[in-house]
Amino acid sequence: MSRPRAGRLVAFTLATVWLVIVIAPLYYMILASFRTQGTYLTANPWVPTGGLSASSYSTVFAAGLGRYLLNSVILTAVCILLTVTISLGAAFRIVRRTTRASSAAFVVMLFGLAIPVQAIIVPIYVLIYKMHLYDTLFALILTLSAAAIPVSVLIMVSFVRDIPRELIGAMLVDGGSEWTVFRRLIWPLSRPVLATLAIYNGLNVWNNFLLPLVLTQSSNVAVLPLGLTKLEGLYSINVPAVMAGVLLSVLPLLVLFVAMRRQVMNSLGGIVAR
Amino acid sequence: MTAPLTGARTGSAVASPPPPRRSGGGGIPRRGTWLADLAGIGPPVLLFGLFVIVPMIAAVVLSLVKWNGLGTPQWAGGSNWAEFFRDPVARTSVIVTAKVVGLSYVVQTPISIALGMFTAGRQRYRTLYATIFVLPLLMSTAGIALMWESLLDPNFGALTALSKSSHLSFLQQNWLGNPSLALYVVIAIIAWQFIPFHTLLYAVGRRQIPAVLYEAATIDGANPVQMFWRVTLPQLRYTIVTSGILMIVGSLTYFDIIYITTNGGPGYTTRVLSLDMYNVAFVQDQYGYASVLAVILGVIGIAVAVGLVRFTGFVSMASQQEGAA
Repeated sequence: MSRPRAGRLVAFTLATVWLVIVIAPLYYMILASFRTQGTYLTANPWVPTGGLSASSYSTVFAAGLGRYLLNSVILTAVCILLTVTISLGAAFRIVRRTTRASSAAFVVMLFGLAIPVQAIIVPIYVLIYKMHLYDTLFALILTLSAAAIPVSVLIMVSFVRDIPRELIGAMLVDGGSEWTVFRRLIWPLSRPVLATLAIYNGLNVWNNFLLPLVLTQSSNVAVLPLGLTKLEGLYSINVPAVMAGVLLSVLPLLVLFVAMRRQVMNSLGGIVAR
Repeated sequence: MTAPLTGARTGSAVASPPPPRRSGGGGIPRRGTWLADLAGIGPPVLLFGLFVIVPMIAAVVLSLVKWNGLGTPQWAGGSNWAEFFRDPVARTSVIVTAKVVGLSYVVQTPISIALGMFTAGRQRYRTLYATIFVLPLLMSTAGIALMWESLLDPNFGALTALSKSSHLSFLQQNWLGNPSLALYVVIAIIAWQFIPFHTLLYAVGRRQIPAVLYEAATIDGANPVQMFWRVTLPQLRYTIVTSGILMIVGSLTYFDIIYITTNGGPGYTTRVLSLDMYNVAFVQDQYGYASVLAVILGVIGIAVAVGLVRFTGFVSMASQQEGAA
């Protein structure tokens, strides 16, 4: 089974080249964020000499990054809660009933996977505007949750479907209600999958750019990705501040990633792999 | 926590369920009330219907009117659609989009497969590599775009600095401002963002291949290269299809990085269809014509998804549902 040494060396070399391609820009960004506007222009961007300072970080907080951060946290938390609850309940009913209506709903969800947000962004904008939700976080909660529904329902259906039906049957025979089955069986068994789903949807919501761009306008409802571009507009010549903002926006995810690396990698890789 | 990254346990539970059983009522007393159905299926259908299905239909209707968003929409029949076929910018956008889709696929697939095979290995250092490879996935597209924009800055960027200190003069370019370079630079940035995801997919796929197959191939005297072509690649066919379709749909609707780095420029060299649609709608306020572009994007997206359904067997799931009704 052992591969020839030459093959391993080639694999190792190529992987290391990619490693450099991944790390180099991140390294550049970290270093740039610790410059001042002056040293950014004069110092070599690859060498950590010539004066480092953390002043950019206070600059971006003064420019309202804290607010963007808070908005992003609220939006992501609410969306995760909403999609996870909704998709688990829906999956349970779809699997239990399989009436014509629920299968039809299921097929529609399947096609929903394919509709790019760009294709429906104009009507969404008009709709949100008519609902008097333009420029609110609530508009983002509704639309981003709706966008996450198809994937979530499909994943949950394929999971709940595999829960042994003998278990469900036994609970019902013992006099349990549908609600008991849901609470005592489906919910506890589904928790790992729900965590996977929460991470996947959470990342998508956290990083979404187009919907906030179209549906919000003012700074006090801007989420991080949009806020970063506002920062760039504000400080177009202050690259260190923009880099500091980008880094701060990744920080929460990085902490999450370090804390639960395997879980994050499994949910990202496993959610669509077959 | 020193154990190497073992097969995606949660992931595989989600990803490759055992062959679906006939689901549905058979044998189990059905005591769910319509109220439970309503509580379960109502919310997603409502949310999804209101913010996905209704806008889909509305996009088709809007494509038949002239409307600037303020006054009353005027019926326009097929004139918006006729405009699409006359519009040189739209034609350019279609070509640029095709280039982005095609080149993204050609660039990302081989690299992702190679890195996926590498990170699927159980050696400790490969686990470390795999962890670092994931980092770009944590960044928002906006963050990635801003990072590369300043890195590639022709005056103060990092590549310019590198060219000055290393005498590699080709690194001194106006990367995002040169009409013959910008599109390829954008495609490279997109690859930087998405290769990590597809690498992860291929690593998961590779770990799900039964070791027995490789043992048998070894007994038959296969060398590693033969094993890759005869065992690994055929076994990865579902991953190849899934990853390919995600890549195609993803780059079809590519927007964020291009909007932030070049905004379609210089000239129209990086103006993809989704960006063209955004500009027509929200800069020029032509909601009718923008909807034509949107519908085209949606139709292509659905066409690709039908491919997904056909190839990956999602459809068997749906027909199981119907069969049991």
